[in-house]
Amino acid sequence: MARIVIDDLHKVYAGGVKAVTGVSLDIADGEMIVLVGPSGCGKSTLLRMVAGLETITNGTLTIGDRVVNDLEPADRDIAMVFQNYALYPHMTVRGNLAYGLKNRGVSKPDIERRVNEAAAMLEIADFLDRKPRALSGGQRQRVAMGRALVREPAAFLFDEPLSNLDAKLRVQMRVEIRQLQRRLRTTSLYVTHDQLEALTMADRLVVLNGGVIEQVGTPMDVYAKPASVFVAGFIGSPAMNMIDAGYLRDHGSMPAEMPSGTDIVGVRPDDLLLAKPEGPHLALQGTVALLEPAGAESHIYVTLDGNSAPLTVRVQGLPSVLEGQGVPLYAPLSALHPFNKASGKRTD
Amino acid sequence: MQTKRMTFNSRWLPYALLAPQVIITLVFFVWPASQALWQSMLRQDPFGLRTTFVWFQNFERLFEDSHYLASMKTTLIFSVSTTLLSMSVALLFAVMVNRMIRSQNAYSTFLVWPYAVAPAIAGVLWWFIFNPSVGILPYILEGFGYDWNHRLDAGDAMILVVVAAAWKQISYNFLFFLAGLHSIPQSLVEAAAIDGASRTKRFWTIIFPLLSPTTFFLMVVNVVYAMFDTFGVIHATTEGGPAQATNILVYKVYRDGFVGNNLGSSAAQSVILMVIVIALTVVQFRWIERRVNY
Ligand SMILES: Nc1ncnc2c1ncn2[C@@H]1O[C@H](COP(=O)(O)OP(=O)(O)OP(=O)(O)O)[C@@H](O)[C@H]1O
Ligand SMILES: [Mg+2]
Repeated sequence: MARIVIDDLHKVYAGGVKAVTGVSLDIADGEMIVLVGPSGCGKSTLLRMVAGLETITNGTLTIGDRVVNDLEPADRDIAMVFQNYALYPHMTVRGNLAYGLKNRGVSKPDIERRVNEAAAMLEIADFLDRKPRALSGGQRQRVAMGRALVREPAAFLFDEPLSNLDAKLRVQMRVEIRQLQRRLRTTSLYVTHDQLEALTMADRLVVLNGGVIEQVGTPMDVYAKPASVFVAGFIGSPAMNMIDAGYLRDHGSMPAEMPSGTDIVGVRPDDLLLAKPEGPHLALQGTVALLEPAGAESHIYVTLDGNSAPLTVRVQGLPSVLEGQGVPLYAPLSALHPFNKASGKRTD
Repeated sequence: MQTKRMTFNSRWLPYALLAPQVIITLVFFVWPASQALWQSMLRQDPFGLRTTFVWFQNFERLFEDSHYLASMKTTLIFSVSTTLLSMSVALLFAVMVNRMIRSQNAYSTFLVWPYAVAPAIAGVLWWFIFNPSVGILPYILEGFGYDWNHRLDAGDAMILVVVAAAWKQISYNFLFFLAGLHSIPQSLVEAAAIDGASRTKRFWTIIFPLLSPTTFFLMVVNVVYAMFDTFGVIHATTEGGPAQATNILVYKVYRDGFVGNNLGSSAAQSVILMVIVIALTVVQFRWIERRVNY
């Protein structure tokens, strides 16, 4: 187990692509960090630099108490779970699990014991003698996990390990990985572009965009107080509504309490209400464009009078509104997120 | 599985479309093959005046003939050495080119060129390089105190034909190995690197086993090439000599038939070769699909 310190890491690819720019992160021993961001934002690049699969252009990387910039992947004491699992197709499951131990000169009885322990933990003991091609996607995923944890490394690195699974299995594996990580207390760096996965699994969340960190914090912090327009739009589903402050001013509904420099006001779909709340609030008027029932909840798309992009409202159950009907919308002032358009940053 | 069905309006069109292929097979394979079969059971007297039907006597004689058995052994040594040499050099090149990032295409092109050279020309090329009196290689070897003469020394002659035959095949093998290497997912190699395998170990425990379908396919192709397609190389360099040292089976067919005028024996030899080719082809088709799979 180890603390990982990423200090001002840069990656410039051969073609001049700046994939990661000045990322710093201090990962505590046993912590689970989730890197989240849109496609191409540099998540994999950052992870692969930590793994040693990609050279570090600039900056220092410390795992445990060693600077590992120039160490081979094998010497960094990390294990990685790949998106396509990268199981060795010509070896049995047992061979896959044992490979890393054999290379490190672990004794035969020890390999046997550790493989069996890992197999029991991941419930793959029944197909230890099968080849990967004879396994289902979920089982392969477990074997890939097993191969990582059988080595008892200082850190786990995951690169979108669940993205090849169907929705149901993904939820199940998400829970299992999280439980396993809690039990083993192994420092983990987990990459995903799925914001729900990020929210549910992380001890701390790192939102990356264009190779730069937008925000670091616990999932609840990031959700409750997104540091930028980008984070606000990326974390939370349905995405946060962004209302132009100019519109509010024109309609005389811009709250005086908003900090100076605010020209975008964000409201989560849950915080938009059809009924007038107690206390100070924002009031708007709009028309129901579409009603979208989704089981336990429903989404109502409301176009504000004179504003093109519809707002999303999330309500429990089925609301008693009709499409085309005019509705008032309210949002408590405490639920508003003020942003500056030019900097993209939060203003409060 | 669903297959697409075409219907032809004319009854004769399908036959007409198949005809060229069928005619080519008949003229260039079935006809000569049956001729050879027929000939292999005939014997002519030395003056070509009388021909007798002798059943399998030609074959029986062949298997008692020490020259023929020696030629079989020569062929075995020759084809195994040629296959090993051309495949290992090709694999080495493929691995090295695969590591390059920008110059892959340029190197691949250069490495493929030898394949376009006709076997006889390649043979002449090597004949010059190895020529004991004017060749560059014997000259260099002499500097090391080795007296190269493939006209007298059986070992030298064998090395010469193996090198000349393998050289050309390297290009072909190289292309297949390179394609094979490209098809191995990079993440497997990365996973092995994280799993603590050194470069060499990664090659032998991950890359090489994953290449095994390619390797097996090439092995069959190369053995077939060495056994049947190297006539030109032998003819241009050693002509089977010295003292039969490089007289492989295909070359012996030609020598016995057209130089020695023993048509019956020559035909019997070519029938045996045909059986070997058929066997190798069957092995290739049967095995490649099933055995060498991971
Ligand atoms: N080997 C490479 N050479 C050049 N540029 C690269 C290379 N690998 C990645 N890039 C570029 O670096 C940027 C970041 O890529 P990266 O793979 O880290 O993104 P990602 O966040 O993992 O995306 P995804 O969610 O799609 O996996 C991209 O613009 C990509 O095109
Ligand atoms: Mg990625």
